[in-house]
Amino acid sequence: MESKFASIIGTDKTKTAVEKTARTIVTACGLFTVIAVLSITVYMVLNGTPALFLVGIKEILFSTTWKPNAAVPSYGILYVILTSITGTVLAIFIGVPIGVLTAVFLAEVAPKKLTAIVRPGVELLAGIPSVVYGLLGILLLNPLMYRLELKLFENSATHRFTGGSNLLSAVIVLAIMILPTVINISESALRAVPVSYKQASLALGATRMQTIFKVILPGAKSGIMTAIVLGVGRAIGEAMAISLVSGSVVNFPLPFHSVRFLTTAIVSEMSYASGLHRQVLFTIGLVLFAFIMLINFSLMKLLKRGGEGNGK
Amino acid sequence: MRRGILKKVIFMAAVVILILGVLLTGCKNNKGIEKKGESKTLVEANSLNGKILMLGSTSMEKLSNALAESFMADYPNTTIYVEFVGSGAGIEAVNAGTADIGNSSRTLKAEEKASGAVENIVALDGIAIIVDSANPVDNLSVEQLQEIYLGNTNNWRSVGGVSQPIVVIGRESASGTRNAFEELLKIEDTCAYSNELDSTGAVMAKVSSIPGAIAYVSLDVVNDTVKVVAIEGVLPMEETIKEGSYPLCRPFVMATKGSISEQNEVTQALFAYLYSGKGTELIKSVGLIPLD
Repeated sequence: MESKFASIIGTDKTKTAVEKTARTIVTACGLFTVIAVLSITVYMVLNGTPALFLVGIKEILFSTTWKPNAAVPSYGILYVILTSITGTVLAIFIGVPIGVLTAVFLAEVAPKKLTAIVRPGVELLAGIPSVVYGLLGILLLNPLMYRLELKLFENSATHRFTGGSNLLSAVIVLAIMILPTVINISESALRAVPVSYKQASLALGATRMQTIFKVILPGAKSGIMTAIVLGVGRAIGEAMAISLVSGSVVNFPLPFHSVRFLTTAIVSEMSYASGLHRQVLFTIGLVLFAFIMLINFSLMKLLKRGGEGNGK
Repeated sequence: MRRGILKKVIFMAAVVILILGVLLTGCKNNKGIEKKGESKTLVEANSLNGKILMLGSTSMEKLSNALAESFMADYPNTTIYVEFVGSGAGIEAVNAGTADIGNSSRTLKAEEKASGAVENIVALDGIAIIVDSANPVDNLSVEQLQEIYLGNTNNWRSVGGVSQPIVVIGRESASGTRNAFEELLKIEDTCAYSNELDSTGAVMAKVSSIPGAIAYVSLDVVNDTVKVVAIEGVLPMEETIKEGSYPLCRPFVMATKGSISEQNEVTQALFAYLYSGKGTELIKSVGLIPLD
C-alpha cells in the first residue's frame, strides 16, 4: 500500500533515478564480497604453492621434522596437520553432545524462566573474544591440567612435562568455543520440526523423552549436521585461544603432548620468518584454506540435500 | 516503503562519507604538524643528506629499525637501508665494501678484524633465566642449564631443588632471544622444549603460573611475578653484564671498515646520534643495556 502511495507522489524520473542508484549500490556491495573471496583465493594459491615445489610436496606434507631455522632446515608439517584434525575431531566429540543436548533443553524441556537465563548465557559465550578464552585457559585450565598430568605421569621417567599446555587443554577450550554455534543452529533446527510430529508421537502414547529422542531429533537431523559442520569450521580456524594453551611444540598429537595446530604454526612464526620459511608458512595457510573450503563445500551439499528432503 | 529504504541507504552513505572525511583530514593534519615541528627545530639537520646501508644480524632487527627510523626523522634528507642477513654476512659485506655498517650480535673474529673491520660495540644484550617464585633453586651452572634444555635433566631434585618435574619453556624457532640463548649455550636446534611460546608476555604468564617451569627472557621484562636465577653465582644486572661476569650476554656490534672517523658523514652522524643521550634512550627503549 505504502509503496503505491509513494509512486503516485514521485514522478517517473525520480523513481527511476532512485531505483537505479539503489540498485548500483546494492550490486557494488554484493560484488565486493565476491572480489574479496576471489582475491584471497588467488593470493593464497600464488603465495602458498611456490614453497611446495621448492621444498617438495612430500617433504612438506608427509615429513615430521619442523626445523625452519636449523643450518639444514626441514619443513615437515605432517604432525601439524594431524594435530589440527585430531584436535578438531576431539573438540567435536566433546562439544557436539553437550551442545545438542543444551539445544534440546532450550527447545523442548526448559521452563520459560530457565530459558531466560540459559539463552543469554549462550549468547554471551558466543560474544567472548577468543583471546579471553586463551587467557582463562592459560591461567585456570593449564594449572589444573598440570596437576592431572603430575598425577598421571608421576612415575614416568620419559614423559616430557608440558605444564598443562597440551592437546587436551586446547581441545577443551575449542569444545567450549564451538558450543554457541552448535546450540544456536541445533535449537532452530529442533524448533523447525513440525508440531504435528510431536503431537502424533505423544498421542500414540510415547513419553516426552521418547518423543524428543526418537521423533524430534531425527526430524532435525540435517539441521544438526549443519551445526556440526559449522562447529568444525570454527574449531579448525581458531588460532588465538589455542596458541596460548597448546604449548606450540611440533609433536605427535597425544592428549598430554604439547602440540602445534595449523593456525598457531602461522601465528607463532610469521612475525620473524623470512625467505623460504615465510613461504612455507603461506603453504600452511593454503592447507588450512583447503580444509576450510572442503568443509564449506560439504556444508553446501548438506544444505542442498536437507532442502530437498524438506521439499518432499 | 521504498522511500524508507532509500532514506536509510542515503543516511548510511552519508555516515560512511563523513567517517572517511574525518579520517582523511585527521591524517593530513597530523602530517602538517609534524613537518612544521621538524623544520623549526632542525634546520641544520636538513643539510645532511645521503644514503647508507646497514646489513647483518637478525637479532639486532629491533635496535636497527628503531635507530634508522628515529635517525631519519631527525635528518629527513638521509636514508638508512636496513637488511637482516646474519652477523657473518654483515661483517663480510662491510669488508667487501658493499655495506657501510655491519651488524653483528657477537664479537668480531680475529680474521674479520684482520680484513679491516672495526668492532664498535653499541649495546649489550642480557638474557635472564627465570623460574616460578616458589622454586627454591637460586643458582644454576652453565652445564646444568645445558642439561635442562637438552632434556637430560628433567627433575629439579638433580640440580638441588625439591622433587618436581622441570617444565622447559622456550620461544618459537625464529625468535632472536631463543637464537641468542641457544648460541650462547652452544645447544642450537637440539633443545627439547615443553612449550614454545610466541611472545615474552606468554612466557612470563606461563612461568608465573606453572610450578617447576624455567624459561629465558630479555632482562628488561623481568618483574616480581617470577624469580631470576643466578648463573654460576652471578645475577644478571647492568653492572655484571657490563663487567662481563654474567655469562648469558652478548655485545651488539656495528662494525665499520676502518674507524668511525674515517666513515662518510651520514655514518658518522649515525654513530654520534647513537652515542648521544637520545641514542641511550633508544637503546634502553628496545630492552638493551647502553655502554657508558
